[in-house]
Amino acid sequence: MDFYGINPAVLIASLMVASVPIMLAAIGELVVEKSGVLNLGVEGMMIMGAICGFITAVHSGSQLLGFLGGAAGGAVLSLIFILLTQVFLANQVATGLALTLFGLGLSSLLGQGYNGIKPPPTGMVPYGPLADIPFFGRILFTHDWMVYASIAVVAAVWAVLKYSRAGLILRAVGESHDAAHALGYKVIRIRVMAILFGGAMAGLGGAYVSLVRVPQWTDGITAGAGWIALAIVVFASWKPWRVLIGAYLFGGITVLQLNLQASNSFPIRIPVEYLAMSPYLITILVLVIMSSGRGKASLNAPAALGRNFHASR
Amino acid sequence: MTADVLLSIEGISKSYHGVKANDDVSFSIGAGEVHALLGENGAGKSTLVKMIYGLVKPDEGRMRLRGADYAPAEPREARSRGVAMVFQHFSLFDALTVAENVALGMDNPPPMRQLAGRIREVSEGYGLPLDPTRLVGDLSAGERQRVEIVRCLLQDPKLLIMDEPTSVLTPQEVNILFGTLRQLAAEGTSILYISHKLEEIKALCDEATILRRGKVVGTCTPREKSAREMAEMMVGATLNPPERAAAAPGPVALTVRGLSVASPSAFGTSLREVGFEVRQGEVLGIGGVAGNGQDELLLALSGEIRTAPETVRIHGRGIGHLGPNERRKDGVCTAPEERLGHAAAPDMSLTENALLSGAVRRHLTKRGFIDWARTRAFAEGVVRTFDVRTPGIGTAARALSGGNLQKFVLGREIMQEPEVIVVNQPTWGVDAAAAAFIRQALLDRASAGAAVVVISQDIDEIMEIADRFAALNEGRLSAPVPTKGLTIDQIGLMLGGAHGMHEAEVSHAHP
Repeated sequence: MDFYGINPAVLIASLMVASVPIMLAAIGELVVEKSGVLNLGVEGMMIMGAICGFITAVHSGSQLLGFLGGAAGGAVLSLIFILLTQVFLANQVATGLALTLFGLGLSSLLGQGYNGIKPPPTGMVPYGPLADIPFFGRILFTHDWMVYASIAVVAAVWAVLKYSRAGLILRAVGESHDAAHALGYKVIRIRVMAILFGGAMAGLGGAYVSLVRVPQWTDGITAGAGWIALAIVVFASWKPWRVLIGAYLFGGITVLQLNLQASNSFPIRIPVEYLAMSPYLITILVLVIMSSGRGKASLNAPAALGRNFHASR
Repeated sequence: MTADVLLSIEGISKSYHGVKANDDVSFSIGAGEVHALLGENGAGKSTLVKMIYGLVKPDEGRMRLRGADYAPAEPREARSRGVAMVFQHFSLFDALTVAENVALGMDNPPPMRQLAGRIREVSEGYGLPLDPTRLVGDLSAGERQRVEIVRCLLQDPKLLIMDEPTSVLTPQEVNILFGTLRQLAAEGTSILYISHKLEEIKALCDEATILRRGKVVGTCTPREKSAREMAEMMVGATLNPPERAAAAPGPVALTVRGLSVASPSAFGTSLREVGFEVRQGEVLGIGGVAGNGQDELLLALSGEIRTAPETVRIHGRGIGHLGPNERRKDGVCTAPEERLGHAAAPDMSLTENALLSGAVRRHLTKRGFIDWARTRAFAEGVVRTFDVRTPGIGTAARALSGGNLQKFVLGREIMQEPEVIVVNQPTWGVDAAAAAFIRQALLDRASAGAAVVVISQDIDEIMEIADRFAALNEGRLSAPVPTKGLTIDQIGLMLGGAHGMHEAEVSHAHP
């Protein structure tokens, strides 16, 4: 059942793994943007998560502690963003870009001496006979637990935003911070918590890259995944389940281009460079299409997105 | 008598950066009383009610609610003590449903399905029907206000604060609102009613406290005073209504024919087949409730939205395809409603703002270079003639108060001596004295031979200065009629009546 040397079950299984980092980072950023904050520092927070998670895992020998360390690393870096945008009311776009550059530099500094080390191995989930189901067993029951955890996070975010009062308040703050303030909600406090969550999720995604996907540390290991995560939030028009679809789509393109590079039987020879740039090209294309329509996609954007709140009088 | 006092305010003061917003304010509200708080913009009304609602803490003084000390630290506490507030600028969320909006204003809302049922029940009980599942962004201004009121009523308040509730309503919707408020007062709920519309206060309120520059300058029983007496207490000076020399209108200056424009904003209203003409020396008033196409009409007339050449004509020449600066050259000047960010660039100085609009007609540029001397002279002229209170023409537009910036924006357009001038909400948020001045300036421009189009939601304003009146309703413009002899009921009908209301419900809510 191979197409030009590519097995679809293997392809789907590996795209599920490939999409975990961008899915986690995107669902975190979705919560941040739903609260009305645009944090462009996802890439920086991811790579900080990658190195902090890697260091924790190497020293503790525990992968779980590694993931927690990664989440903490991303959240700590987002504290800088919180201080600048929520306390000093700095411009969110500029601060987010600075955060990415800072994160890239700091992670490279922290990562000195960690090149070429192996992190503790991934604990596989014991599936028993489930993994032997033809086709679907290969797709659904061959993964490490983080794959399922990331889907659970998407489900949890969806449920909280849709059904809980906390989610309603979060959406309200992102829709109109002035009105939320007038009703007595603590706009800054809610946004701070959302940004911390976003930072933690980005960090978790980064840790997955350095602990499971690659798994080792090199400078710039996230390679633009944070930017793709930002694009997915727009692509998903701020809806949690569409983040999952978007992440699988982009993860799929990444995996597919790797497979096409390796495949010898594919009829058309495409230069490797074009394949390597394809996920980013598709990202740009999707963003252009989504924002040109000024239709439903742009309508669903949180109305207060990117605007700083200052309680006047 | 003391047993009946619900809320008493004793010697409240509040300063911002050394400016006293409230200075030793004292008054009390009885149970079941409709109490008016009267005052100009900046008189300190909003600050006072924000303190009652717990959004702001007073510097001095104290409040007592039903005999017990009352010092709410936050709105939640105020709500739990039975104080509810309907905001001047609605505190609603466009992208959320009616039920979600109501839930956000409650501290312990029931589950959504149950809440939806209660919203239906309460809203119909008070003659304010609402569908809990609709998005608030799709509602009319009157319906949006109902959401706010129902949100308050669901919490069974003892005191309902209403901050300028009628500024966006049609006369019929005002009647329905007053019916609801009277019903509430009869049930024992006290209402603190903030407004500067004196006729409404006379019709509704039992007692009034008048504020001027943060101080209580008097109390009165509105039914026993004339609107003029109250206005003069409010302003602290005698007021002169605007006047103009009667003159026969000249030839047609502005013609609009079959103007259909899609709205550029998601929640906007598209214009449909709008047509009218305005003669030289004539003032056309275009009324309508906010969001019925006013902004789109101004954009189409200013040139920010371009149309087919023949849809907009000046002296018979089609200009529909021209942009704003080309239209200015042809003598069309416009002033949009939004002062900051549309009429003026907030962070640029008054000089620069004067240049942006006045460059073409006042020849403020030469071969692409700015003639700063001329520009400064122009800006200074506007500031002097229109009595704009500002430290200087180098001040950023953002730093001016709303009324002063409005005077500057209007003055900037009028002093370009346009042949056609279109203004949207020329006196929105401007105090009575400045409003009178602006209206007089518009009339003077008409007397000098310009065609003037005033788009306004303030019916009194249109009646005061317009020669003819047309109503804008859901993007359609009615045929203009002379304002002389027009009654408020006729205007209400032209404006489309109460949105979504049946005649039976109107009379039911109006005992």
